[in-house]
Amino acid sequence: MKIIVPVKRVIDYNVKPRVKADGTGVDLANVKMSMNPFDEIAIEEAIRLKEKGVATEVVVVSIGPAKAQDTLRTALAMGADRAILIETDEAVEPLGVAKLLTKVAEEEQPGLVILGKQAIDDDSNQTGQMLAALLGWAQGTFASKVEVEGDSVNVTREVDGGLETVRLTLPAIVTADLRLNEPRYASLPNIMKAKAKPLAKKTPADFGVDIAPRLETIKVAEPPQRQAGVKVGSVDELVEKLKALGVSA
Amino acid sequence: MKTLVWVEHEGGELKDATLNAVTAAAKLGEVHLIVAGSTIGGVADAATKIAGVGKVHVADDAAYDHALAENVAPLIVDLMGHHDAFLAPATTTGKNIAPRVAALLDVMQISDILSVEGADTFTRPIYAGNAIATVKTKDAKLVITVRGTAFEKAAAEGGAGVIEAVSSTGDKAISSFVGAEIAESERPELTSAKIIVSGGRALKDAETFEQVIFPLADKLGAAIGASRAAVDAGYVPNDFQVGQTGKIVAPEVYIAVGISGAIQHLAGMKDSKTIIAINKDEDAPIFQVADIGLVGDLYTVVPELLEKL
Repeated sequence: MKIIVPVKRVIDYNVKPRVKADGTGVDLANVKMSMNPFDEIAIEEAIRLKEKGVATEVVVVSIGPAKAQDTLRTALAMGADRAILIETDEAVEPLGVAKLLTKVAEEEQPGLVILGKQAIDDDSNQTGQMLAALLGWAQGTFASKVEVEGDSVNVTREVDGGLETVRLTLPAIVTADLRLNEPRYASLPNIMKAKAKPLAKKTPADFGVDIAPRLETIKVAEPPQRQAGVKVGSVDELVEKLKALGVSA
Repeated sequence: MKTLVWVEHEGGELKDATLNAVTAAAKLGEVHLIVAGSTIGGVADAATKIAGVGKVHVADDAAYDHALAENVAPLIVDLMGHHDAFLAPATTTGKNIAPRVAALLDVMQISDILSVEGADTFTRPIYAGNAIATVKTKDAKLVITVRGTAFEKAAAEGGAGVIEAVSSTGDKAISSFVGAEIAESERPELTSAKIIVSGGRALKDAETFEQVIFPLADKLGAAIGASRAAVDAGYVPNDFQVGQTGKIVAPEVYIAVGISGAIQHLAGMKDSKTIIAINKDEDAPIFQVADIGLVGDLYTVVPELLEKL
């Protein structure tokens, strides 16, 4: 079984994003970029399935600028077998990404597509579900456990009240939540080896898909800031303040 | 504009998150609802009583139990033939279903809206709430998920909705529900609690967390939350987690005990009305957002608080 893992190059999760003064977006110039953390978890899961003998090949795909090659090389260094870059400098929305990935899935015929549950830049949390819809496949979102059994996969999902398990017919879509696994670091020898792994380059036009954005960003602003309040010196003072708020036993 | 709101329900009870989504929908136009599942008569009746609702579409079929997206999405797509907007609460259920509906309708979803600025314009958080984007859609139909904490709840009583049965789109037979581990608790639910007592890594272990945080929460009738650090360290299960990757909460009073205030955590609770922080490190970032702070050792402060409240 082949597994496809789409990955996105995003602002590093340790960097605090700064809104541009003109309100057109977030400043990405000279900012450290990394692989979306949820996508790292998705790759780790795919590689583990390969190590268990469930999967035979892990193909990573990124839609983005030429620099997204770095992200794909990171994925190859972790253990993916080959990569596809669909190069574009335009920002592609989840719907457009899902349409491109649909074409890739039709060509590659994977048994599973594992994605991060959301990208930490636009926080949309849509691509996996949209891809499942367009392919007519089942979806196991926010996964904390993935078990392939014959022609189906059991996915344990992190839901608001706790955990829920669903059984999906393969091929299927899985989106990774934080607790699915802890991604490995690529070793230096593997980083060197990754340079020789195949990386195919395509463009959105190769797939004949309309990826024109549907949403127009009118402005991007800083969220309202909270002001620090007062510090109290004792539990008695705190109790008094709490009682004033109507908080008491 | 005719809107269709997803009614979230569990164990025969309508979930509160539905009420916040109704408020958002009412800003766009007429509010109609969809209730799907089996043995949902009680939920459908409760739905008709929500203030301001029109039709309550009821799809009675076990294929819709557990809100399997594969089965629910085609039902909603059918109903969207005569509605202009679909809104779901931004819960794990809503987030699972809505994008599937959007893709089937060839619509770009607007996730997690914070406000309705116009019939096609909304604000939503990006970069974990570090920026707020105002977006305008070009799509003819809208698919939206609603951040509950950003909208008041519609009144659960006083409405006069009319039930209308809709035919089932059936079981697509590509997914099935296996089981769930849902935490049973007498305490209020995190996302709708008026008071939340939350603990962080400083609680040391599961036993200490239970000994320190639980009695304070119970004395105040509060829900219990935790930082990601506390969840990852195994003090409490993941459904307690408040933050960017956990639950987004906005209670009247949020009491953070031994939580340093990582950006990740603040993203999930900074819209609380009053934030109270107890931490022994006076430079902890939590104090920058707290309305009332007490610098002190939680192991002496919390027991004293428990005694004096």
